[in-house]
Amino acid sequence: MASWTPPRWLRPVVFAVSLLPALWVIGAIASDFFNGTRLLGSNPIKEAEHFTGRWVLRFLMFTLGVTPIRQTLGWNWLQKYRRMLGLFAFSYAALHLSIYFFLDLELVWGDLWADIVKRPYITIGMAAFVLLVPLAVTSTAKMVKRLGGKRWAALHRTIYVIVVLGTIHFWMAVKRDITLPLVFAAIFAVLLGYRIVVWRRKRQLAAMRTKNREPVMDTPVSPGFSVPSSQFPAP
Amino acid sequence: MLIKKPDDIKPSEITPERLYYDRREFLRTAGLLGLASAAVSAGAIACVEPGNAATQEQQLKDELTPFEDVTTYNNFYEFGTDKSDPAENAKGFKTKPWTVRVEGLVSKPASYGVEDFIKPSRLEERIYRHRCVEGWSMVIPWLGFPMADLINRVQPLASARYVEFQTLNDPKQMPGQRAPVLNWPYTEGLRLDEAMHPLAIFAVGLYGKTLLPQNGAPLRTVIPWKYGFKATKSIVRIRFTDKQPRTAWNDAAPNEYGFLANVNPEVDHPRWSQARERRIGEFRKRPTLMFNGYADQVSRLYTGVDLRKNY
Repeated sequence: MASWTPPRWLRPVVFAVSLLPALWVIGAIASDFFNGTRLLGSNPIKEAEHFTGRWVLRFLMFTLGVTPIRQTLGWNWLQKYRRMLGLFAFSYAALHLSIYFFLDLELVWGDLWADIVKRPYITIGMAAFVLLVPLAVTSTAKMVKRLGGKRWAALHRTIYVIVVLGTIHFWMAVKRDITLPLVFAAIFAVLLGYRIVVWRRKRQLAAMRTKNREPVMDTPVSPGFSVPSSQFPAP
Repeated sequence: MLIKKPDDIKPSEITPERLYYDRREFLRTAGLLGLASAAVSAGAIACVEPGNAATQEQQLKDELTPFEDVTTYNNFYEFGTDKSDPAENAKGFKTKPWTVRVEGLVSKPASYGVEDFIKPSRLEERIYRHRCVEGWSMVIPWLGFPMADLINRVQPLASARYVEFQTLNDPKQMPGQRAPVLNWPYTEGLRLDEAMHPLAIFAVGLYGKTLLPQNGAPLRTVIPWKYGFKATKSIVRIRFTDKQPRTAWNDAAPNEYGFLANVNPEVDHPRWSQARERRIGEFRKRPTLMFNGYADQVSRLYTGVDLRKNY
């Protein structure tokens, strides 16, 4: 199963399916206002904001799900979809922000500034978006090369901060019923927890190997002694 | 003496039924206009003085909000927290028989069948703006009678200074009450002089029909110059007291929802601006009016009150 290669059509299909919610919400806003339909209910712009916001969190969830699924189930082919999913998270965030700024605030810069400065949940949401931008910009293979794998990986660990900020933003935005924010928080806790577990196991393994390599000597090993972890293949 | 014309909804501003039912056409025009003006304002926003824009927009008409929106876009947490939940979960809600208890500091405490509660008063139609604290609004033709009618009938004692209203507590019928989302049963209150104001009513219907459960059947309050959450739906208890009653949203978030809760474009909710509102069915937002446009009638109730502190 590990060496399974997905059929060629899978990629465009995943892309098209990921695009559907965006097409739906844009079409629905237009239809509700121009044709008098009620696809998004009585308050289409609010609904569109909430709808796109939830999709940002879903795509962040898919993106962060790639590595754990790949490692635990051995679905290595999934790795090739991670960038696309991440870019969709960014695109939905941009759409979410656009609906908020163009349709909700109606392009009033003063209101945008007041919201960012005075309302913590907007501040937090905006911070999450700003942090997403460099990740989107550096998502190309060229940029990975230019930055070097290690620095690139370090930069892209910002995603952990972003999901925390995004969940807090959602949590603070709801009036009273926090069921859905809790569900997202729980999922992200699992996805981030998985990484902590893996990271700690790695460290323990490295420490054990270091110990095993210790030469048998009477003199105590100096505290600074360690074997560079790069000598070991990642588990 | 200065005689001012109230900023009420004039009969001439109300859409005739024939036109009103042609919502589709109205929305198409309104939407196109909105888009065109959005395009213009995108380029010109920096040159427009906000003051000018506001005075122009204050002349916006108040069209009745379609029945479908009024009855499917509701905050009634007893039936769920989504706007569409009440219409779905309140189907089959039993409003017969229904008893309303009047108690507390009152000369004639009594339990009424809801029919007897309503009967002595003459029902009238009141077309009011309805402004939700969340930033949206509607225009609703209520059917009801002044609270003052009832209050005069039951004769509160001289010591009574507040009226408290309470919603039915019945988790079997109201699934939202099975979770501690709010401090059930929903409780709200008014100062006695606010409740006596002729604009404050008990509503039993809208659009000429009996209230649907999602709108607070069989009996609810409507206080048009306050945010919607000050209204109490499906009322079973009315209590006169000398102390300010505790209220559901104030219990939940005291820094966000005060006791007075007057509509006020100058005092923001901690999480959003209250300066503008989205009238349901309209593409562009409109400015929120002081006391929801009823300042001429009600501002005298609040002389000397710091409305920034007493939000």
